[in-house]
Amino acid sequence: MPAPHSIELLRFNTCGSVDDGKSTLIGRLLYDSKSLMEDQIEALERSADITGGGQINLANLTDGLRAEREQGITIDVAYRYFATPRRKFIVADTPGHVQYTRNMVTGASTANLSVVLVDARQGVIEQSRRHTYIASLLRIPHVVIAVNKMDLVGWSEARFQEIRDEFESFLPLLDLKDVKFIPMSALNGDNVVEPSVHTPWFAGPTLLGHLETVHIGSDWNMGAFRFPVQWVNRPNNPRDPHLHDFRGFSGQIAGGIVRVGQRVMVLPSGLKSTVKEIWTLDGPLQEAFCPQSVTLVLADDLDISRGDTLVGMEFLPGLSSELHAKVCWMHPRPLQRGRRYLLKHGTQIVQAAVTTVENRINVATYQAEPEPPELAMNDIGEIRLKTARPLAYDGYVTNRLTGAFVLIEQGTNATVAAGMLHPPLESVRPEYSDFAI
Amino acid sequence: MSSYHLDHLQYLETEAIHVMREVAAGFERPALLFSGGKDSICLLRLAEKAFRPAEIPMPFLNVETGHEFPELIEFRDRRAAELGAKLIVRSVDEAFAKGIAAPTPGQISRNQLQIPVLLAAIEEFRFDCCIGGARRDEEKARAKERFFSFRDAFGQWDPKNQRPEIWNLYNARLNPGENMRVFPLSNWTEMDVWEYIRKERLEVPNIYFSHTRDCFRKGGQWIPVPPPHTDSSKPDPYAGARPGPNENVRSLVVRVRTIADMISTGMIESPASSVDDIIAEVAAARVTERGSRADDKASEAAMEDRKKAGYF
Repeated sequence: MPAPHSIELLRFNTCGSVDDGKSTLIGRLLYDSKSLMEDQIEALERSADITGGGQINLANLTDGLRAEREQGITIDVAYRYFATPRRKFIVADTPGHVQYTRNMVTGASTANLSVVLVDARQGVIEQSRRHTYIASLLRIPHVVIAVNKMDLVGWSEARFQEIRDEFESFLPLLDLKDVKFIPMSALNGDNVVEPSVHTPWFAGPTLLGHLETVHIGSDWNMGAFRFPVQWVNRPNNPRDPHLHDFRGFSGQIAGGIVRVGQRVMVLPSGLKSTVKEIWTLDGPLQEAFCPQSVTLVLADDLDISRGDTLVGMEFLPGLSSELHAKVCWMHPRPLQRGRRYLLKHGTQIVQAAVTTVENRINVATYQAEPEPPELAMNDIGEIRLKTARPLAYDGYVTNRLTGAFVLIEQGTNATVAAGMLHPPLESVRPEYSDFAI
Repeated sequence: MSSYHLDHLQYLETEAIHVMREVAAGFERPALLFSGGKDSICLLRLAEKAFRPAEIPMPFLNVETGHEFPELIEFRDRRAAELGAKLIVRSVDEAFAKGIAAPTPGQISRNQLQIPVLLAAIEEFRFDCCIGGARRDEEKARAKERFFSFRDAFGQWDPKNQRPEIWNLYNARLNPGENMRVFPLSNWTEMDVWEYIRKERLEVPNIYFSHTRDCFRKGGQWIPVPPPHTDSSKPDPYAGARPGPNENVRSLVVRVRTIADMISTGMIESPASSVDDIIAEVAAARVTERGSRADDKASEAAMEDRKKAGYF
């Protein structure tokens, strides 16, 4: 039997404030795309009898933990999976109440698309501005503004246009390239999977129609070659004599394309070599691209270990131990100037000290408030860091993988921040070498 | 359209390989949980993809309830040997003998008893990380679990206090005594697993394919009749789990969709005799995979409770 045609995977997250109908929307997508199974529907009906007064509550599909069902809240990011004949989908459902920023950043970090829910009766509220800000901050390539509960405003085109206008008044302040507006009722299913009879004035696709067709082929970085070395591959007792001297560098390509014969530089050392082989279990490749996982063999025997980065000679990254970044703080213990953390960037962990907390960004007004005493949980702000060894990095705007880091608190090992690096002030020069020759 | 493009299986594969290599690089003594079931079969292929041409840098670990399908055990041992991996097996029976676990009165299933056995094995070999084949689409509590799932010194999962997991930057750091469970297949669905098995031409134990087997009805499911008790010098491991004299034993054409052990796996009636047949069956299925697992039906929070106690 021939392999089925190639199906793409689209990852999206949903965000909205409490009662905007996020979980209902996901339940509706699963239900109407026939992705729910009989035992799941049975379980829904069982819980409807207990907690919902007999009404099936689609939100119970995503609220998986006992505490959530009991309190009627969503604690954490829940991942859901469904497929249509055209695409596979991974949905990150992120809660709208307290801790929303932290959870939304988590769900959004791997998303191709964000669905921002708005209650048509309320229109743009502070939360809407926060959610679009975070989508922009995380550089989610595509955004859908789902104007929900349109049935409760009489399917008014004027109301829809009013909300759209209000968004468009502040969207220019953000860095979003593709924003779609869709009027819908998640509860009744209008314009979610099936087109609504109530919106003859709306020519756009349904939400699922858009999710199935939006172009995501260029969401990965195919620019400059970046390869954080994850693991050095050295067979101990190879049965194949050809492998006696095998020394490969395994990792996931974080940007661009690599080809056999290509010159590469190792950072931070500045040593240079040529790609001799791209090794995979399925046989050698002539070229490989982001985000493939491969093992590279170089022509020269260089001292390379986990945490080093191999880069192409064109469009070299920055290399610095002084970093400037936006961070989202994720821990109850606030960030203060002078604190030391472990910083994970690519495949390396280095010591880092926060030298300056420059500002705290009000994510409702987009104004920067200078020199705050600290950043508390869910705050976003700009900081400067000094690391114990230089990082080879790109601006997050250029590359979502080589421009990102997390901070880890020493002792507790808690992940306390997500960081997005500003572009480097200068790039490594092709003649750079860390070694005096 | 450029050719620099991954389809969904290639994407899931590269993500899982990345996770496996993070484990090899980030932990001192990892283990890979290998039962011989379809999910852990995919894990083995991903381990080959992640680590070849070198050796797979971790042993395989399996916890037996003592009620396993013999076909599964045979397959597990053979695959481990073929890959040149060290296979460590610990069993509930051994744990009884050593006093690590005690039989639960009135409870025939030993599913819960795998928890202390697994925790004891982790302690015995000082494993700091166990790779498992669990998937988020299996169950509601799993849907909220991280790729790198932190367990405290008692092996417990705290769902309200999980580390945020952002981009592909996994936090593998532990203090002594703490432990990580890592799930490279987190984003895979049942369908993805079978499509991967087809694409990679992976061998699976023959109980996944349709065969004729004596079954009896229990808890709304077709439970396989256990093998006969032949060694009279030992107590019958299936005492209490055999069909009673009045129960209707039927010879059916069945297969397994998901494997626990013989007394908690519901067989499904199916003519599927190839991976293609199974894929067609999964596509048309109207109940979830774990709908045939007696261990999940105990309560709505059955999985959540077991995970908090240290289940994988």
